[in-house]
Amino acid sequence: MTPLKSKLGLSKPKIDRARELAAEITAPVQEFIDTHTTVTIERATLRLLGADGANDDGVPVPNLIAAQCGAKLSGGAAAFYLNALLKLDKKPAELNKEIEKGLNICEIPLTDAKRIQKKAEEIIKGLDARIAGNVTHRNAQLKLSKDKIKSPMIYVIVATGNIYEDVKQAQAAAHQGADIIAVIRTTGQSLLDYVPYGATTEGFGGTYATQENFRIMRKALDETGEKEGRYVRLVNYCSGLCMPEIAAMGALERLDMMLNDSMYGILFRDINMYRTLTDQFFSRMINTAADIIINTGEDNYLTTSDAVEKAHTVLASQFLNERFAAGAGMPARLMGLGHAFEINPELKNGFLYEYAQALMAREIFPEHPLKYMPPTKFMTGDVFKGLAMNTLFNFVSKATGQGIHLLGMLTEAIHTPYLQDRHLAIDNALYVHNTMADFMDEIEFKKDGVMARRARQVLDETVEMLEEVKRHGLFTAIETGMFAEIKRPRDGGKGFDGVYEKAAGYYNPVEAYLKKKLKVGK
Amino acid sequence: MFIKPYGDTSNDGAVQLSFTLPVKNCGRAKEAARLYVQKLGFQKVDVVHAAALSEDFTFFVAYGKTDVSLDYDKVEYAEAVDKYMSMDEVNEFIKTHFKRKLVIVGACTGTDAHTVGIDAIMNMKGYNHHFGLERYPMIEALNMGSQVPNEKILAKAKELKADAVLVSQIVTQKDVHIKNLTELIELAEAEKMRGKTLLVMGGPRVNNKLAKELGYDAGFGAGTYAEHVATFVVKKLYERMTTRK
Repeated sequence: MTPLKSKLGLSKPKIDRARELAAEITAPVQEFIDTHTTVTIERATLRLLGADGANDDGVPVPNLIAAQCGAKLSGGAAAFYLNALLKLDKKPAELNKEIEKGLNICEIPLTDAKRIQKKAEEIIKGLDARIAGNVTHRNAQLKLSKDKIKSPMIYVIVATGNIYEDVKQAQAAAHQGADIIAVIRTTGQSLLDYVPYGATTEGFGGTYATQENFRIMRKALDETGEKEGRYVRLVNYCSGLCMPEIAAMGALERLDMMLNDSMYGILFRDINMYRTLTDQFFSRMINTAADIIINTGEDNYLTTSDAVEKAHTVLASQFLNERFAAGAGMPARLMGLGHAFEINPELKNGFLYEYAQALMAREIFPEHPLKYMPPTKFMTGDVFKGLAMNTLFNFVSKATGQGIHLLGMLTEAIHTPYLQDRHLAIDNALYVHNTMADFMDEIEFKKDGVMARRARQVLDETVEMLEEVKRHGLFTAIETGMFAEIKRPRDGGKGFDGVYEKAAGYYNPVEAYLKKKLKVGK
Repeated sequence: MFIKPYGDTSNDGAVQLSFTLPVKNCGRAKEAARLYVQKLGFQKVDVVHAAALSEDFTFFVAYGKTDVSLDYDKVEYAEAVDKYMSMDEVNEFIKTHFKRKLVIVGACTGTDAHTVGIDAIMNMKGYNHHFGLERYPMIEALNMGSQVPNEKILAKAKELKADAVLVSQIVTQKDVHIKNLTELIELAEAEKMRGKTLLVMGGPRVNNKLAKELGYDAGFGAGTYAEHVATFVVKKLYERMTTRK
């Protein structure tokens, strides 16, 4: 990312003020996070310690253990698993088999805490080596393919429901030039309070995120990457009720990016706010440890609200996501803050506003690999108009140095992409990238022109909004519909019963390891 | 009146096609594409573009001419409403004929998480400068959002004594929307709500014809605005009210 001088004349004190407000808004939330755990944080911890598999009814081993723990989850689930490994003298794979068959590990009397801690250290040493190995491998591959990865990186989605069909489409897209492949999840997975097990071939509008599916797609993309001489990044969805578990699986299987937002689940999936805010912290520590880039979901605000009137809610949320991520030890280079090209195409000068807002995001977040989302809301089924809109979107993305560029599909609003739709989208993007390769360096803007004024206005409105959120507190702000015009009560939504106040003596060696590694907390 | 596609001359039957075949891009593949389009019944086939999608797939753009024509007079399709009213006209109509506010409950039901359709019809802001039902002074509109179970929306409709229920379905892969829409109708039948509460469905891949087949009172596809749905609801309710008397 080339450092920029502000071409829009944005006020640095205003930007600093927004960051200060974000820190003040998130601080009380972080206090809550630090004193709580959730059922999926405990399951993620178990997964990282080796818990895996599922019983004959498809209930995953981490869920079986969590159910055995019940209220004891408030003290942490890790000790029971470690204790069972010691007492039964088994390896994780062997113990998992026993648990699948019905062994209740919470009934085994706990051995000496020191022995448990020693066992934890031994397993975490292996975990650390596995994650570090993934990071080293990825970095080596990225170095080899440096000149072949595009800027912005081209991101496409596959969504057949069948992981083996996904592989065909993903390999074709990578061959055509895609740098990043996202396997979209089946509709409804975000609301499952478990992660399904094994390879899957049935899904609607997407494919189940399972550890085996991660492995299958990783292997396929590595193969294609080798052929093309270019590392292909893999993305999945670290969101919903199992956010930290998906992060754990991604860290183990070398995913490269994760959709991961601090508020998306609350607003758009009606997941309880305490649950999501606590989960996002733990999952972001895992993502950071595994050097996984997160993609935040601000683009979604503009599908429910007007992209001109509510542009400031996107920027406000970006500041909050940035602050929450920093609180989990995440460096800016891993924060793919989201935004979108969603202004009504019939609005006069709409393109100038899009351009101004995209450049504003780039100038305010210079080191962040911004995730820029294509038009969806005003895609109608007129595929020819859709292709034209996508071309303008591609233009803005290249002209403002976005990091992660999700390609628009001309058949958006019609069906999940056909093989040829991706080809046309990639072809379009490559054409734009090449024909205006150095455009960004060539252009400057009128000091008080439409674009500079637009960017200033959005920043001003953002600071005003953050001031107001700070006055009410984030929980109340969400309750009163300040984000995406969606109201969510603090004790409502899904997954609230899976939030636990940490008991005195709460034990979680994985959390301790992550905090130490990332220098998080005191 | 018999009709055929119009390219650059009346009744030339010109059609543009694009598709992918699972073969490597080469001369033989292009010839296969031409023969395939011919097999579809087209004549004077011209494959104008071929591009490799991967080693195993090729994308084609082709043109062909067809002899097939259709008697337009025999095409049957009933629009949900012949003539639409504006937001103000809808409100006046409700004031005049019902003398109370109408209650409309809507949601994106089943596993579908896409609210863009129901939001466009119901939310205050509406879509493309067409205000949503929440903005209508004479309508109490409740948008329950996404992934609402069918049981839940019907229970809410009962609780609020809703005059109409709007169901949005965006995801249509493997016909998941048909299953879900059918389930809702069956539940409504069991609850004896059919014939009382208007059941209206919407989504980019549905229309009025499909709605009737599934047992809904109306269906609205792409390009629908709030006033279209509102016009149907008020006119249909009025029709029922007056025929019952």
